[in-house]
Amino acid sequence: MIGIKKLLSGNEAIARGAYEAGVRAACAYPGTPSTEILENIASYPEIYSEWAPNEKVAVEVALGTCFAGARTLAAMKHVGVNVAADPLFSLAYTGVNGGFILVSADDPGMHSSQNEQDNRYYAKFMKMGLLEPTDSQEAKDFTVAGFELSERFDLPFMLRITTRISHSKGPVTLAERCEVPLKQYQKNVGKYVVMPANARKLRVSLEERLSRLAEFADTFPGNRVEGDGKEFAVITSGMGYQYARETLGNRATYLRLGLTFPLPQKLIRDFVDRHGKVYIIEEGEPFLEEQIKALGIPVIGKELLPRIGELSAAILRQKLLGEAVAQVTLAADAPLRPPVLCPGCPHRGVYYTINKVADVVTTDIGCYTLGALPPLGAGETCICMGASVGVAMGMAKMMPDKKIIATIGDSTFLHSGITGLMDVVYNRGIITLVILDNSITGMTGHQQNPATGFTIKNEPTNKVDIAEMVRACGVKKLWTVDAYDLAGLESALRAATTCGEAAVVIAKQPCVLLPGRVGGDSYQISDDCKFCKMCMKLGCPAIEQKEGRVIISAALCNGCGVCLQVCKFGAIKKAGDTHG
Amino acid sequence: MAKVTNVLIVGVGGQGTLMASKVIGQAAMIEGLAVKQSEVHGMAQRGGSVVTHVKFGDMVNSPLVEKGEADIILAFEKLEALRWADYLKPGGTLVINDQEIPPMPVIIGAAVYPQQIFERLSEAGIKVIRVNATDLARAAGEIRTVNVILLAVAAKLLEFGRATWEEAVAEAVPSKALAVNLQAFAIGWDLK
Repeated sequence: MIGIKKLLSGNEAIARGAYEAGVRAACAYPGTPSTEILENIASYPEIYSEWAPNEKVAVEVALGTCFAGARTLAAMKHVGVNVAADPLFSLAYTGVNGGFILVSADDPGMHSSQNEQDNRYYAKFMKMGLLEPTDSQEAKDFTVAGFELSERFDLPFMLRITTRISHSKGPVTLAERCEVPLKQYQKNVGKYVVMPANARKLRVSLEERLSRLAEFADTFPGNRVEGDGKEFAVITSGMGYQYARETLGNRATYLRLGLTFPLPQKLIRDFVDRHGKVYIIEEGEPFLEEQIKALGIPVIGKELLPRIGELSAAILRQKLLGEAVAQVTLAADAPLRPPVLCPGCPHRGVYYTINKVADVVTTDIGCYTLGALPPLGAGETCICMGASVGVAMGMAKMMPDKKIIATIGDSTFLHSGITGLMDVVYNRGIITLVILDNSITGMTGHQQNPATGFTIKNEPTNKVDIAEMVRACGVKKLWTVDAYDLAGLESALRAATTCGEAAVVIAKQPCVLLPGRVGGDSYQISDDCKFCKMCMKLGCPAIEQKEGRVIISAALCNGCGVCLQVCKFGAIKKAGDTHG
Repeated sequence: MAKVTNVLIVGVGGQGTLMASKVIGQAAMIEGLAVKQSEVHGMAQRGGSVVTHVKFGDMVNSPLVEKGEADIILAFEKLEALRWADYLKPGGTLVINDQEIPPMPVIIGAAVYPQQIFERLSEAGIKVIRVNATDLARAAGEIRTVNVILLAVAAKLLEFGRATWEEAVAEAVPSKALAVNLQAFAIGWDLK
């Protein structure tokens, strides 16, 4: 394996880098585009790996392994860093024992996210070193380098990647694992206890550590001048570098920056002095640009290039070379294809039934957010992980005459819905919380969580009982219902929304994509069909209208039987049983 | 000017497009070329429109194929072929699986599935290869090999030899499924 090249995604390369750097511990909560980092790390028996219930816990456990002397990696999507921000802000003060890398996987263009926050600002705000790789090979190399720098400067490092780094594959040269022994743990109250008297001293030492790193930044090999083109001079980082090279090739000279906080000030000053007119090509916000302009160095950045969405070679060709924008011609009338709940998805019938009962429905982050799309259209607020519960509580306090139902998945409930539920009970909220328990973390591609009974390495483990947890919060009204049983759901929801206190309905049914679940006996529609199209209100991709009839696609139907329950004419039957 | 070949693989989340792109990327690796391949994970995988970019050649920077740059588009579904057709370069080839999967706006009657897609693309001067991969896979006895059959049709248009492709397929599929996948590859490769 050693020395050979493998085609790896950025996420796989970071996992490989962690292995080669002698990492002993890695923690995360799944979130696109970061998920595969921990999934791959977990395949190395040398590394203790865990899915934590949320990002804050992942970072706190990672702090513990770091303080205990292990090289440690924590990984999450950009918005996960919001959840984990509290311990991370203190970590720069304490510094590290074993090296510490936080991987922040940002999502410009919002392929699978609610915002496109540029987490490079967090590194500056939290006072961590910041590394920005440009491809899979550099993702691996910077992971290895980041652990060395973290230990050398006694600072945590952020390895900041984006969707195109995470999910683009490129050749990566493999190396052997370097065994790094646990550093000795020593009780050190002045370092690890951030009470004010200690924190004031750490605050001073933090600036000293950062200024040493700033000096080093000018000599870091990942910060370097490339090419000798005369037409353009460019300062760039991350994916911006790739799009700039693609567009300008040999026509430009590049100052590519891999360590972007603290900035290599001397390198930048010398580069701009030499070239005069310099463009900053960075995806997202003007992170480099603002700092460079604050040094009094004139550069061209976001006055020319967009800060919204992803950058691309096409955008640079248009803005820098004046090329025309490609026109959309053939695809002009192509209908959109938004993602949908799968055929047989247990969430479908739950939202269909909620629509019959609720006045207001709040929803949360997961596959079930798709229930907010037509035709179900169930879910009128979705803000962040766990917010469905608190938002419903606030609404119920102001609109007591409305039946308010909050909906949340099992993993999201454990992530941060549970705290909202405590608030509902404690402050006497009257809402109904529906926990959509599909026994897995679905949207990110089936990760285990504390209620599934398995670890990240698929070993059997202790299991949190969601119903017991709900009861322990003080909820007296609790129903557990089969998510495919629409009558059972409806009677539970009607009872819950009229009981006059906090109520919880757990709708249980495993994700239809779990192994062994797909491909139950399919259903079909007989001649008894009166074409009322009630079944089409479910928004099942297996049910479509063709040549004046409603049909069920045998190839797509997973046999959940929900459509059968909404048909008033008994026209939906098991395949092969049409005239029964 | 560095020579780069651009391929787009488009389809509906869950159709197995990632496997086809993995094989093309692997084949380029075997040939010792620079290669990048960009995928979509997360929400779009739930039945949304999905695209994978594969670029290989002397040197590859951006992992993304832009409009008017694709040498080949391999479409697993007809509407997706139409959606991405603007990405084809003049003289490029569009390989289309003859399958229609209506998106939700069509199912609920908010939009219409475009008609005569093959004819429209041909009239636009695009070289279209139409493949009924579902029937071919069924005939081969394994419906799940649709993606390998389509891949083989596109592979025939690329510059690598059959041995390279077979080695790449072997890297991408579990060993117990290799025989059936190689058989499916042969069906696509030998298609007239």
